[in-house]
Amino acid sequence: MSANVTVRIQQSDFDIAREMAALTAGRSDIGAVVSFSGICRGSEDGASIAALTLEHYPGMAEAEITRHAETAMSRWPLSGISVIHRVGRIAPGENIVLVLTASQHRQAAFEAAEFMMDYLKANAPFWKRVEGTDGASWIEAHDHDDAAAARWTKS
Amino acid sequence: MKVKYFAWVRERIGKPEETVEPPAGVKTVEELIAWLAGRGETYAHAFETPRVIRAAIDHAHVKQDAAIAGAREIAFFPPMTGG
Repeated sequence: MSANVTVRIQQSDFDIAREMAALTAGRSDIGAVVSFSGICRGSEDGASIAALTLEHYPGMAEAEITRHAETAMSRWPLSGISVIHRVGRIAPGENIVLVLTASQHRQAAFEAAEFMMDYLKANAPFWKRVEGTDGASWIEAHDHDDAAAARWTKS
Repeated sequence: MKVKYFAWVRERIGKPEETVEPPAGVKTVEELIAWLAGRGETYAHAFETPRVIRAAIDHAHVKQDAAIAGAREIAFFPPMTGG
């Protein structure tokens, strides 16, 4: 793994400012950091929810995210990438995922952040279970997430 | 070989992992799914719609026509919903 790629899967919350400071510490060549946060909504398909529970495939999840972060590092002129994905029970309003991309200029950072998120949505081995008011169910995958991930493979 | 199950595949089968020894005629992921589905009611329920099942061999995504020879760990799970 590149020294400037950080991938973590954890139960606990993360501090965006601290992660951003860690990504840019000691560097004066970074001119742009893009930050994407995924946050647990209070409703799913119009029905209110009590919480999400995220399950992952330990070992594969870390390896897959790292592999895609390395792909992004070689595809765009990036200074670094951090990805933190939470697992376990997450209540509405809480953070689920953080993607930070750093670069000299903003365009590479924006594009790489979108690439990483499109990948995470469709291909990273995580599954969301929703606790609703009348029981629990697994969230179904969306075709539009597959389409979003696929658009990066054509060029 | 070790097989692992995640999300509703795990819930329907009722266990997260096990060691299985499929017969020699089972050569691909698709054939392994069909063989597992024949192991009982819980398995039949988990694999009732084989086309929606995703698979990984040794931590890498594979298509269902992938060969299972040499695999240490094969995982089965529904389409992913992370991010």
